Amino acid sequence: MIAYRAASPATLRIVPLDALTLIYHRASGITHIVDAPVPEILEALVEPLSVDALLAHLSEQFDLPDADAMALAVRLDELVDAGLVERL
Amino acid sequence: MRHVTSLKIGPVGFRIGCDWRAPIADLAELYRDYPKPDDGIPDFNVHLFAARPWRRIIRPSVHIAGDFVIPDAAPLPLAMGVLAAEMGMNLQMALGQRRYLLLHASAAERDGKALLMTGVSGAGKSTLAALLMARGWRLMGDEFALVDPATGLIHGFPRLISLKNEAVPVVRAALPKARFGAVMEGTPKGTLRHLVPDARAIAAMAEPAVPALILFPRFGFEAAERPVLPSETFVRLTQASTNYVALGERGFDALTDLVRTVPARAIDYPDTGTAMRQVERLWSAL
Repeated sequence: MIAYRAASPATLRIVPLDALTLIYHRASGITHIVDAPVPEILEALVEPLSVDALLAHLSEQFDLPDADAMALAVRLDELVDAGLVERL
Repeated sequence: MRHVTSLKIGPVGFRIGCDWRAPIADLAELYRDYPKPDDGIPDFNVHLFAARPWRRIIRPSVHIAGDFVIPDAAPLPLAMGVLAAEMGMNLQMALGQRRYLLLHASAAERDGKALLMTGVSGAGKSTLAALLMARGWRLMGDEFALVDPATGLIHGFPRLISLKNEAVPVVRAALPKARFGAVMEGTPKGTLRHLVPDARAIAAMAEPAVPALILFPRFGFEAAERPVLPSETFVRLTQASTNYVALGERGFDALTDLVRTVPARAIDYPDTGTAMRQVERLWSAL
């Protein structure tokens, strides 16, 4: 089972603005401008979770009418490519 | 280089060397009331040179270089030597400035607080800054505003104000006693004329100000205003900054502090009289 974990908090500067959140990734020097649910995903992934466990966690917290494990896995792969999430 | 002058604009010292006498003489006259770089040591060098020795005389064209260079930058005719020097100084700032977060914005100060105006070329940054100066604001600059990451304060860069096309007669009518440079026609941005900032702008150019309002003006539309959210302001100001990426986390912190603490508005205006009323009203409502 593949698990995911957020990049170490020491490498991220997360600044919520209005609808969007800014994330400065210290390791790459890149600024990411993200919408929900990315900040929520990073928050949930302080502990390593599988896609299904993360989906269950997000579904508990938020009203997700179209909860889709495949779509979430694709989002997670994007975050892994950006360096904001590690694949374990 | 044969001909040299040096000057200080805001916190930045420049040394400008040139193969020809005339641009340096014109520049020295326009910047005659500006201070020299601290201890005579400039931050940036600008070189205006002829590509070949004979091109100093035959069809003279001015190439721009310096500490920081854009390869293949198009040369300008000798009659536009002052413009070449201004472009050279702007280029050093855009490519080499690391001390301050550089925003492509005009700025004016009143009561120790700074108004920033940014937008695409033709939006009216320079024109509105010049007209605010005519109405008693302290001009801080028409091209670059410098954010100090250590304090969040805005430092001015009051170089010659670059007026283009229809802005030239409008500002001349508002400031009939001001000093202007020569009219330059056929520049890459059309007709261009430099305006010398007033004595107050020069005397106070080292004094920073607290940012109080960010405006995104657009010229040529029905009068309209809308608030701009911090996230949109952040994106637009990163686009308006040449050194945001180079400053790394210092730039991120400076810019996020700015957009979280300073209100921003987009204003559309059909004429400068309307714009002045919009600016004064938004300012007094702060």
